[in-house]
Amino acid sequence: MTPHFLTRTLDRSATIFILIVAAVGIVLPLLNLLLPADSPLQVPTYLISLFGKYVCYAILALSIDLIWGYCGILSLGHGAFFALGGYAMGMYLMRQIGSRGVYGNPVLPDFMVFLNYKELPWYWYGFDMFWFAALMVLLAPGLLAFGFGWLAFRSRVTGVYLSIITQAMTYALLLAFFRNDFGFGGNNGLTDFKDILGFNIQADGTRAALFALSCLGLIGAFMICRFIVTSKLGKVLIAVRDAESRTRFLGYRVESYKLFVFTLSACMAGVAGALYVPQVGIINPGEFAPGNSIEAVIWVAVGGRGTLVGAALGAVVVNYAKTVFTSGALAPYWLFMLGALFILVTLLLPKGIIGTVNAWLDGRKARDNANADSAEAEDGIIKPDLEKA
Amino acid sequence: MVAAELTAIDPQVAAREAEARQKRITSAQLYLDGVHVSFDGFHAINNLSMVLAPGEMRAIIGPNGAGKTTMMDIITGKTKPDEGDVYFDGTHDLTLLDETEIAKLGIGRKFQKPTVFESQTIQDNLLLALNVDHSVRGTLFWRGSRGEAERIDRVLETIRLTDARDSLAGNLSHGQKQWLEIGMLLAQDPKVLLVDEPVAGMTDVETHQTAELLKAINRDNKTVMVVEHDMTFVRELGVKVTCLHEGTVLAEGTIDDVSQNDRVVEVYLGR
Amino acid sequence: MNYFFERCRAIALACLLLAATAIPALAGPFEDAIAKFANDDFSDTDEAVGIIASSGNPQAFAIISALQEGRLFADPDSKKVYLTGTDGKSADAATGAAVAEVPASAAAVRLNNRLRRNIESALGGLTLMSPDPAKRIASAQSVFKSHEAALLPVIDAALEKETNKAARTAFAEARAAILLYKEDATEAEKIESIAIIKSRGDQDALALLTSLPPDQTLGVTRTAASAITAIKSRQTLWSISQNAWYGLSLGSVLLLAAIGLAITFGVMGVINMAHGEMVMIGAYVTFVVQDVIRTSYPGLFDYSLLMAVPLAFLVAGILGIIIERTIIRFLYGRPLETLLATWGLSLVLQQAVRTMFGPTNREVGNPSWMSGAFELGQITITYNRLWILCFTLAVFVILLAMLRYTSMGLEMRAVTQNRRMAASMGIATSRVDALTFGLGSGIAGIAGALFTQTNAYVTLTVFDFENSAKVMVMLILGGTGRLYGAFLGAAVYMVLEDYFSKLSPTFWQFGIGLEPVAGAVLGKIAILVLIILFIQKRPRGLFALKGRAIEA
Repeated sequence: MTPHFLTRTLDRSATIFILIVAAVGIVLPLLNLLLPADSPLQVPTYLISLFGKYVCYAILALSIDLIWGYCGILSLGHGAFFALGGYAMGMYLMRQIGSRGVYGNPVLPDFMVFLNYKELPWYWYGFDMFWFAALMVLLAPGLLAFGFGWLAFRSRVTGVYLSIITQAMTYALLLAFFRNDFGFGGNNGLTDFKDILGFNIQADGTRAALFALSCLGLIGAFMICRFIVTSKLGKVLIAVRDAESRTRFLGYRVESYKLFVFTLSACMAGVAGALYVPQVGIINPGEFAPGNSIEAVIWVAVGGRGTLVGAALGAVVVNYAKTVFTSGALAPYWLFMLGALFILVTLLLPKGIIGTVNAWLDGRKARDNANADSAEAEDGIIKPDLEKA
Repeated sequence: MVAAELTAIDPQVAAREAEARQKRITSAQLYLDGVHVSFDGFHAINNLSMVLAPGEMRAIIGPNGAGKTTMMDIITGKTKPDEGDVYFDGTHDLTLLDETEIAKLGIGRKFQKPTVFESQTIQDNLLLALNVDHSVRGTLFWRGSRGEAERIDRVLETIRLTDARDSLAGNLSHGQKQWLEIGMLLAQDPKVLLVDEPVAGMTDVETHQTAELLKAINRDNKTVMVVEHDMTFVRELGVKVTCLHEGTVLAEGTIDDVSQNDRVVEVYLGR
Repeated sequence: MNYFFERCRAIALACLLLAATAIPALAGPFEDAIAKFANDDFSDTDEAVGIIASSGNPQAFAIISALQEGRLFADPDSKKVYLTGTDGKSADAATGAAVAEVPASAAAVRLNNRLRRNIESALGGLTLMSPDPAKRIASAQSVFKSHEAALLPVIDAALEKETNKAARTAFAEARAAILLYKEDATEAEKIESIAIIKSRGDQDALALLTSLPPDQTLGVTRTAASAITAIKSRQTLWSISQNAWYGLSLGSVLLLAAIGLAITFGVMGVINMAHGEMVMIGAYVTFVVQDVIRTSYPGLFDYSLLMAVPLAFLVAGILGIIIERTIIRFLYGRPLETLLATWGLSLVLQQAVRTMFGPTNREVGNPSWMSGAFELGQITITYNRLWILCFTLAVFVILLAMLRYTSMGLEMRAVTQNRRMAASMGIATSRVDALTFGLGSGIAGIAGALFTQTNAYVTLTVFDFENSAKVMVMLILGGTGRLYGAFLGAAVYMVLEDYFSKLSPTFWQFGIGLEPVAGAVLGKIAILVLIILFIQKRPRGLFALKGRAIEA
């Protein structure tokens, strides 16, 4: 009755998406590394890092889409999980600096020497080992999401209220990480990284490898999301999104489902953050700003929530636009445009780019079918009531 | 005498005795006694007591605001009563359980406003309703089985939606949605079915078919509670009728008894 | 009338008597004492001060205070002494007769520290007899602080004559202070004194008790110690009231914003993320009004706020109506998308204001009637905060009256509670929606206008994320079902914040609700965490409605 999970996971558009990401992940680094600098096709390293950033954002967008598009949980604090993953990676990179810092302390990072720390705080232990840091990239956001979600979902906080408290959560973390005595570098965050796993973080090769890894991460995250949304669990999630209490009366423990996807989504956001930090070279408390999290939500809305490809596409498109506009003469107008984007997408394009295209294709297919035989063919488009609380 | 002394001495025996007494609290399938619920001072349910025997079908009538839906909310765990006992099978105190646990015990519910998963296909709606492993892991690695497929096929046939199995539930007509929801109840295979206004928005033919369907379900030894305003339908079911008014039982008996009761005529049927 | 003439006669008689006593003194010890100032000798000067102070001469106070302030000049040749009054006119010290100017040969009488102390207590003693009760009280206060034992007889005499109640208390306190420090006072006298000083209970009383010399009897030491604790705890109480006052006045602005938010919430069913920007717009309207007045009609400055408040209401309100008509109304029933759209709106408004007014602070002033402060017990009450509170209450009362007694208010309540029902009863819901949204935004505008009066400038972040978060938290705490929910939520929030500031004073030294200073962070985090936990228990707020009706 059910096909093998791989055939189920990889339908045509999913396969195309994966192939494109894989191609980009292979070709761009090669164009960067192999071609001479004067070749017109040579991709400069700064572009590799920039695109790498977009890919990380795409992973973040996927994680948001998984909970918002499929389960109806609008998190306005997903940037917190992204930043926590980033900090875990940043802590590893800080420990890798060793005695090459300005103060030359072999154990303490520069900011700790500057702030008169006598010894390493206990929560920095173990971050000199990559495997530990990698574990923390998953655990730190995962545990926070688990604790937060356990409290929130168990007492059935839904809809707008949930959105607001996720925002409060990331704001609380923002305030905490700004503090110097919190032990994460305060205002300045973590920066001046030297190398990762022994490779110079500034080197072209490392940059290209990080970009390829990010693409791999995106493919992985996409496959996991596809696996989930095409499983029976995916159907339960959509059921929760559309009619939460009905799902409960069928005997599903809704809070467990929400907790599962919320935690998984937080871990994905953490991985995105961990891939992001070595490519941009800094992580600071600004990443916790509530505005960032909301901006990430609008990427998903632009691309089309409830469509995984759309989420990833939206992240890339919006961020590319941001890069173009904020670097040119139009910079003062970028916020106008971003604000307008929020309003216009919600008003005019509620399904997002991919969602609208899909609906159009479905509609055409339905009309074709209706022409072929006069079977009952109502317009095949239905508008799911996404926000049913 | 001796036996009484023994039980008094042995705590284990006493505990077992108590448990047995507890079990014997009622032989009813569904047992409500002295239930009160109020919302901000408004008494929605007032000293409501009702007993449904196993395998019984009961029709509930009553004017708007009589507490019919609130009663179903209490039985299914959506609303907690302020006082009173609600027992399932004479052993499970429903006031202590939440919706999920009560659904797992075997109490299914069809809502007044048909509630199906509109963005999913009819087949998936039934698949979601099947009483199989409902854990996160179970659904994540669910592979399906021939048995499940056959059950879904049977239900589809019963509710006459086999041809439309792959179309979205949101595209169904109002009456079809009612049937789909009854189909979901069937897939859920509960011991008790609470059916809230199943024939609202149906044609006469459909109403008749629904009555037949419910009777068939009842013959399958399931306990059914039907809330309905349509008196023709209630008459067709031909079962014991309870009339609720202002959160309490006004009259109980056959349809003829109840419809000749002066109070019922006064508050509900009209002269 | 008769009474008046009676008084005039009495005053005239008193003057005559005074003159009679003054004239014989002309050639007496007073005259000699004044001459001593010309000797330029500290001990002579000291002696002269003593004689003059006890002479009872009406000139005595003027002479000694002139001496204290270096306005007393002595001519060593003529032995004549002159003084310059505070008004700059000069006179002969001995006779009080005006002179054209102090001769060049005269020099200011010199003082040393011992002399200065004596002069001070002499003055204290002199003003104790002043006909002005305020001066008597002031001098009693200075005696209280100096507790000069030599003044005891003067105080006793003054206390006997005194009829003014406040002055009597002051004298009694001064006497108690002297007795407490007097070495030969009995234990009973001292303990009684401590009781009087304790009842005074201010910082000076505390200082007096804590700096008591150690060689006291056990009874005195113990009474003093218990008095010190009593005073300290009373002072804590005062400082709490002071904080509560600050919290109340700033909280009232936040409350106004919260009420506005609650009203718009009623329309949309969602928190308006651009609400903080409405407050910001109200603040900038105030700035513009003041700017226009300053440049064109400076005389009207005192009325600036009276113009700015209604104008802020209008501008923000009309903007609110426009927003509702063009954006919000298309999003009814889609709460999460409304959240996103209003966030986008906040970005646009924020950037628009930045483009128009620049990113820097712009100055806003207090009208004169809102400047200054007065003391109530030990609380300092500034007029601006008092007026802000009054404005807030006025707005709240008007709003309540409007909602309760006008047909518009009735329609608003109907639409907010059950839109579909209201529509079917013939209410033009779309018009009501727009007006309600405008009303909520307008009230936010008023909050912004008042907010400018708490600090002397407006910025883009006048109502930043933190304040918006506070307001949302208030709403979440209070629930949105009823208008007074915002009231209760604000109260609960303020109490919580106060509690946390007490709990970890290192992080919250600044009292409740004041402009944040560095280090106030942990308390805020604690609040946010608490809110998150709170929402678990009461997802729909503290005072939410129950029942089937609210089921979404």
